[in-house]
Amino acid sequence: MTDQPMVRAENVHKSFGRLEVLKGIDLEVRQGEVCCVIGPSGSGKSTFLRCINHLEKINAGRIWVDGDLIGYRERGGKLHEMREKEVAEQRRAIGMVFQRFNLFPHLTVLENVMEAPLRVRREPKAQVRERAVELLSRVGLADKVDAYPGQCSGGQQQRVAIARALAMRPKLMLFDEPTSALDPELVGEVLDVMKSLASEGMTMIVVTHEIGFAREVGDSLVFMDGGVVVEAGAPREVIANPQHERTRAFLAKVL
Amino acid sequence: MATDVTDVRARPEPIKAVPVRHPGRWAAVAVLAVLTAMFVHVIVTNKAFKWGFIFENLFNQPVVDGLLRGTLLMTICAMAVGIALGVIIAVMRLSDNPILRSVAWVYTWFFRAVPRLVLLAVFGNLGILWSRVEFGVPFDTQLGALFGIPDLHLRVGGFTSRDVFAGFFAGLLGLALSEAAYMAEIVRAGIQSVDPGQAEAAEALGLSRGQALRRIILPQAMRVIVPPTGNETIAMLKDTSLLIMVPVTYELFFQLDAIGKRTFDPFPMYTAACLWYLALTSLLLVGQYFIERHFSRGYGKQDRAKLKLRGLAAEQGGGGGGVAA
Repeated sequence: MTDQPMVRAENVHKSFGRLEVLKGIDLEVRQGEVCCVIGPSGSGKSTFLRCINHLEKINAGRIWVDGDLIGYRERGGKLHEMREKEVAEQRRAIGMVFQRFNLFPHLTVLENVMEAPLRVRREPKAQVRERAVELLSRVGLADKVDAYPGQCSGGQQQRVAIARALAMRPKLMLFDEPTSALDPELVGEVLDVMKSLASEGMTMIVVTHEIGFAREVGDSLVFMDGGVVVEAGAPREVIANPQHERTRAFLAKVL
Repeated sequence: MATDVTDVRARPEPIKAVPVRHPGRWAAVAVLAVLTAMFVHVIVTNKAFKWGFIFENLFNQPVVDGLLRGTLLMTICAMAVGIALGVIIAVMRLSDNPILRSVAWVYTWFFRAVPRLVLLAVFGNLGILWSRVEFGVPFDTQLGALFGIPDLHLRVGGFTSRDVFAGFFAGLLGLALSEAAYMAEIVRAGIQSVDPGQAEAAEALGLSRGQALRRIILPQAMRVIVPPTGNETIAMLKDTSLLIMVPVTYELFFQLDAIGKRTFDPFPMYTAACLWYLALTSLLLVGQYFIERHFSRGYGKQDRAKLKLRGLAAEQGGGGGGVAA
């Protein structure tokens, strides 16, 4: 059981119409591993991340999270599409943080964090509230519980978004360029929260442009370009000694 | 070093400039003042208004009755049904299912194409099409003939058209079905105005599509939906005067018009109708203000202004503290 990877992707293909965005992605992420995905824009890294929680349907290949096939059920050698309800159930175990935060602007910070445990898990309100406050103070926002997202800075909003995802007690966290929409001086506070999350043993896949974070916090680094994994390995090795020409060219531009 | 320089420099004298003159505005004000004076003069001096006669009949029993039952109650009922049905049709319009989408399109096409006046006449006379309406297995007689059973009737009950497709209910059907078509378009625009990232975030959290729609999408769409819905309500209030085509006689304008015709003095009664509609519409505007304020939670100018003030206070308090880290 402990040997089972948290995420396993096998030959994943994804096209939008005639545009093939993913051309056969293979990836394994162990439990407790922090996997950083880098690559030029349009390389398919965000799309791949969205395939993992079935926000995008893949056209070929398989993705397993904690041993469960995502989006489909295999029965008698045939794949059956899952019902919307079953997909929603799988997603509960997978937290996602978006580039543009996507907080619910009509709800307060506290309500944002409480929404899913209340409506999806149907946990008692007092308990949900207590845990939401605890999560918010963990990300350093205990004084913002009654504010609306529009009254928070970008960094604060992203930390709320992380607390919102954690409220569902996920086994896996997906980060889709979590700091790309932030002012430079606000990037640090979000990375700090992610760092402490990693040190607590959360399994994380982070699509990012923060090479420093990848080197310091990441257990593995994946470089994607043109819909394929060009190179993968230990972050320090890949960054210090890239094997591939394309990796070298990309790192030269961002470092 | 640069800060030292700004400390030393004296603050310059505030600007005292002669403001730009606007002679055009003054001319416009003069013209409007004269027009207003003329209007007031006509109202006060023209004997044909017969203000006494107007106020005698404004609170007349049948008039107030018509106002409550035909105008207000009908507006409330027609808007309630229209909004509920409109939301359903809007969701159908945005569905992945092409059949649902086209049915919704045909519905809006039909009910937006036919004028309300004509619709009300049609619904008031449905009894000509069917004298009796019954529920049961569709095409039962035809199916019976197919299997050699003559006069097969598989029905559980029904009603006589005259009892139902007349008066208030026929009017409600006509107005509500027509309203649903307009509300569907308004709701669709509202739903489409919400950032798709919101639905994505909701789904990523494990909310079902229905929950995402009710809890996340619609409350945000309301900001866009409420103002035109206010317009629709005001239009509906006025369109209840078309109920004469059904006909519905317990209605404000029908009653005032009847008094005018009976007394051979229609104009004062038309003025009375204007006064009532003005008063009712003003009431609706007040209601709309509060509903709009409710649904702009998290967006409101007030929130922003408060935040700004807090920021300013923090700055003046020696910087820092404005943004909690």
